[in-house]
Amino acid sequence: MSPNSIIQIRELHKIYILGKTKVHALRGIDLTVGKGEYVAIMGPSGSGKSTLMNIIGCLDVLTSGSYHLNGQDVSRMTDDELAKIRNKEIGFVFQTFNLLPRATALHNVELPLIYNGTSAAKRKELANNALESVGLGDRKNHKPNELSGGQRQRVAIARALVNSPAMILADEPTGNLDSKTGEEIMEIFDRLNEQGNTIVLVTHEDFIARHAQRAIHLRDGKIEKEVTLSDRAEV
Amino acid sequence: MSLGAHLMEHARFSYHALMANKVRSFLTTLGIFMGVTAIIVIFTAIQSLNNYVEGEFSNLGSATLYLSKYSWVQTGDYWEMRNRPEITLDDYKELKEDVHGYQWISPSLEAMRTLEYRNKSLEDVYTVGCNSQYVYTNNAETEFGRFFTGMEVYRAHPVCVIGQNVWKELFDKGDALGKRIKINGFPHRIIGILEEKGNFFGFNMDNQVIIPYTTFRSISFHRRGITVIFRVADPNQMDDLREEIRGVMRRIRKLSPGEKDNFSINQQDMLTDLYKKITGTSYLVIFIIGAISLVVGGIGIMNIMLVSVTERTKEIGIRKAVGASRRNILMQFLSESVTISSVGGIIGMVVGVLIAHYLLRFIKLDASISVLTVVIGYGFSAMVGILSGMYPAYKAARLNPIDALRYE
Repeated sequence: MSPNSIIQIRELHKIYILGKTKVHALRGIDLTVGKGEYVAIMGPSGSGKSTLMNIIGCLDVLTSGSYHLNGQDVSRMTDDELAKIRNKEIGFVFQTFNLLPRATALHNVELPLIYNGTSAAKRKELANNALESVGLGDRKNHKPNELSGGQRQRVAIARALVNSPAMILADEPTGNLDSKTGEEIMEIFDRLNEQGNTIVLVTHEDFIARHAQRAIHLRDGKIEKEVTLSDRAEV
Repeated sequence: MSLGAHLMEHARFSYHALMANKVRSFLTTLGIFMGVTAIIVIFTAIQSLNNYVEGEFSNLGSATLYLSKYSWVQTGDYWEMRNRPEITLDDYKELKEDVHGYQWISPSLEAMRTLEYRNKSLEDVYTVGCNSQYVYTNNAETEFGRFFTGMEVYRAHPVCVIGQNVWKELFDKGDALGKRIKINGFPHRIIGILEEKGNFFGFNMDNQVIIPYTTFRSISFHRRGITVIFRVADPNQMDDLREEIRGVMRRIRKLSPGEKDNFSINQQDMLTDLYKKITGTSYLVIFIIGAISLVVGGIGIMNIMLVSVTERTKEIGIRKAVGASRRNILMQFLSESVTISSVGGIIGMVVGVLIAHYLLRFIKLDASISVLTVVIGYGFSAMVGILSGMYPAYKAARLNPIDALRYE
């Protein structure tokens, strides 16, 4: 295992049991993502893309194989241990933003810090910094319904960043945004990657995936092809 | 993990949840509110009544035994008691000689008689015939004048000690010592006025007149039995005295070992015990009634909490995604249900105390509101909150984050 890899997945299988039928969603995935990498996971619906994302995000557990995240074997962890990993190592950005509707932007960003017991003063400071880094310093006390879609997604990015995670996992982050706003959001991801953050992007859009350095194409639960895009060439 | 941060987050969570559904929260808490109100009102009423009754019983004295034909507490056959021989003055004289364990002893002959002074008269005055030690056996202290002496009793002097109400009605609280009043037509000289005694279960203890038992026979033709009152210096001697009296009385009555006592030795404890037995049962009944209303309230809370968990499935998913453990989620929902029930409980407590206060004032009793009342009121509501929140909170904690996030 290379010391610089954030994600190291070997022979990953995931089988769902739906009633009497078994669904073999992932059939032997090998994937390594190094520190500071910017990777896009692509594939049509039904390709196992979402399943892989859930497993990478420690929201779901694998059936067989192994998964090391930032040097820790997460394949045998309990629910609460996984919760701790999600809190510490992963920053999520979702297509539907997933902010708490009744909480202010600041409180939404503070949320991960509450669950790891950061002191109130420190929390406020970190959350403020995170909001300012996504250009929302003046919207701290607004609630999600008082913010535009782009602003909401920035709050979500600030929340993902606030705990300095090992990686940012973005699931179709521009799916609910118009193309101009989407482009702005992608610029933030690009900048974050330039600052050294590891980013895993799940998308089915080529022009979004083009922001990454490497695109992994899934089909029928297997990696179909891997394309290096460091030259920002064709996918 | 810092407890403070979590508590704050729980409080915020509960507050948002309650504020988002004001009417629903209010209706939910209504059940608990009513249950707690009912419990507090009844509990306070019973406690106040207890204090009153125990205060009254203490008038009988904890170091005093009353030997009489009837038992204060009716156990067994009324006809058996009715057919017992009367306690007589001869019994008293024999007891006085043969029993040694008492400090003071007095017979007590009782009747309701009419008092007259010049053109005024007072009917149905509680008239007691006793000896000079009655002042100690029954705390018959005088405020003015003096109690009669043993010699006055022995010589059957027609003297009397009157209560405050008699003084007020016949003399308008004026000069009374040395005056002669007629009791049942027989003149008696007033030598003392009792201290104010107040009521005993509604019976005016100031409306009485006390005379030597030796003169009592002249004002009363009846052949009713008497009571013999014994008093010890130390309440610990009560049991010994009781056994001694019993032994002497059985000898006087010539009872063989197999026969039951045909007299009763009464004391304050008997009434207190009986009272406790009765109120103990009513406590239980009230507890059950209150418990039922709280269970109903608790079911209401559980129902609403289940709705709340479903409504906030997505929120649970978000919290889990950013690192909330099962325990965090469990505690959040538990604190919400405890908040709902506590709000009802606290309001119920306040309203219950107020109702009890006015209700008791209406029947002229002081409401005794104890810490226990408050603890019970709050404790019950918090307990209902925890119990009824347990299942919904457990359900929320167990939610799978993927499904929860996907929930719309």
